[in-house]
Amino acid sequence: MTPAVAPTSSNRRPIKLTQVINRVLFWLLILLILFYTIFPFYWAIVTSFTPSGQLFNTPVAYWPKDFTTENYRQIFNNPDFLKALLNSTIVSLSTVIISLVVGSLAAYALGRLKFRGRTIILYVVLAMSMFPAIAILGSLYQMIVTLKLYNRIPALIISYLTFTLPFTVWVLTNFFRSMPGELEEAAFVDGASPMQTFLLILLPLAAPGLVTTGLLAFISAWNEYLFALTFTQDYAARTVPVAISSLGGSSQFELPWANRMAASVIVTIPLIVLVLIFQRRIIAGLTAGAVKG
Amino acid sequence: MCQLSVIEGFAGNVAFEISIERQVYTSQRKVATVSQQAQTQLKTQPINKKRASAWQRPQTAWGRRRERLGWLLVTPSVLVVVLVAVYPLLNTFLMSFTNRRMSSTRAVSWVGFANYTDLLQNSTFLRSVSNTLVFAISSVFFETVLGIIIALVIHSNFKGRGLMRTAMLVPWAIPTAVSSQMWAWMYNDVFGVINDFLYTRLGVISQKIAWLADPNLALPAIIAVDVWKTTPFMALLILAGLQVIPSDIYEAADVDGATRWQQFWRLTLPLLTPALMVALIFRTLDALRVFDIIYIMKGTATETVSMAVLARQIMIDSGRLGAGAALSVVIFIILALFVVLYTKFVPVTED
Repeated sequence: MTPAVAPTSSNRRPIKLTQVINRVLFWLLILLILFYTIFPFYWAIVTSFTPSGQLFNTPVAYWPKDFTTENYRQIFNNPDFLKALLNSTIVSLSTVIISLVVGSLAAYALGRLKFRGRTIILYVVLAMSMFPAIAILGSLYQMIVTLKLYNRIPALIISYLTFTLPFTVWVLTNFFRSMPGELEEAAFVDGASPMQTFLLILLPLAAPGLVTTGLLAFISAWNEYLFALTFTQDYAARTVPVAISSLGGSSQFELPWANRMAASVIVTIPLIVLVLIFQRRIIAGLTAGAVKG
Repeated sequence: MCQLSVIEGFAGNVAFEISIERQVYTSQRKVATVSQQAQTQLKTQPINKKRASAWQRPQTAWGRRRERLGWLLVTPSVLVVVLVAVYPLLNTFLMSFTNRRMSSTRAVSWVGFANYTDLLQNSTFLRSVSNTLVFAISSVFFETVLGIIIALVIHSNFKGRGLMRTAMLVPWAIPTAVSSQMWAWMYNDVFGVINDFLYTRLGVISQKIAWLADPNLALPAIIAVDVWKTTPFMALLILAGLQVIPSDIYEAADVDGATRWQQFWRLTLPLLTPALMVALIFRTLDALRVFDIIYIMKGTATETVSMAVLARQIMIDSGRLGAGAALSVVIFIILALFVVLYTKFVPVTED
């Protein structure tokens, strides 16, 4: 219909049409963004379920013709990968626990107690979370070799504290600082010591903050690559990120893409599950620094 | 320094758009005052962080006990940070003036600035600096632009918004080592899905491309992976910034007849600046010290080598700790310089 036929409604129809077009474009944009963010992971999953022989067919199949779990079976029977998984778990959990215990004490002090030198310590902590890991790599390497920790798990735990501890202290300090002061006054009136106030009153209230901070620290330790690559030599201490790029195939001539993708999916799934469960808190935690400036 | 020129270019664009709009519309003065009000409202929040309190000795026994406890509680953290971070950092500075090697019985001696002057004559070093700058500038630029678009989309109301926000976290949660592998497989020249899509299905390229093997394409290909991995993080930071902007200023702008486009440049972007700056600083710092993604996808190849990759190669692979330390110090100084410049010349808050 042309505007000439129905002149009275000619003013409204084009607007409606543009609205429809806008709506369609908007949803196309959403689909495009979703495709962009999700497709690589989808592709890793598809590859991991494809028989490794069929990966080298052209044209590429966007959905596996013969669905197989063989790649996963191989990965779970690979002692090196299992050891790496264990190493990663031990390293990440230990790092997080030490950071939370040591860090929450410092964060309580920095956030709630007044003492000389507090500001300087805060600045040092902030500076430590910004400098590049490469700047301490050589010195740490020497230190680790001197302490006879090379290719051993404590080497990784110690080096990971360089980034998880400042992060934990910084985030938790802001968390404790945002708590109302009346809580401590009430505890004082009731005769609690400062340490009791911390352990019995503030720490339980800080639990959500501890969980989020711990989770973010866990993810950064789980994903760390540079120190893991430099301070380990074999599967005595090698962690998953390093192991994945050195996985061998079923034969020495075949690039083990199917196995690598299966391993990739295995190490990513727990992270994605954690992230989905705690997504609200993670988003809040990630953005707390940004909004407060 | 180069980051700043990006910002300046960006700011120039804003000014250009604004001058066009000024000729067409008449109502921005009101919009501008509303935006200023909103800005001052927003600014009151972060300021009290800076409230300087003069130190006084606590008067009461309770206060003194809390002071002692404060020192007691920070001691473990301070000890750990000093031992594993501050001391190694100082050690690196000292080492950069020596000829220390990893496994050598030769006595270590001071060499002054020799390690630094050697760097300037090393063409790989110069290449690593330019690679790192290209990587940092382009990845942060694309992440910011895409991040703003995605954040604006998520910020508008639609069904499945929560789902989309969740999907955003997927690339961020995947370990870099894993996503580099995933993309290396997608980039595979014969069997990779990207060539299959662009050549076999769409035919937009005339032959299958060896994305990572081609010296001219390897760095852009790696940048694309970094953009994919980090854009969602940017988008979430920007989204948080969008959510603190009060919605009534948009209503006021609507009443005054400002278009969406105008509202974006005159209200959203200026009000977003503080959040955007923090995100930019963090991302640029990350991009300048890039290691994982480049090392996993291309090893120490010259065409993509970054400063951090080169520093590790010199220190660990060739065992020249002193020379590598010098390069580490250079990276450290560039980062520090960048932070200072950013905070000096880009006003995070305009007071």
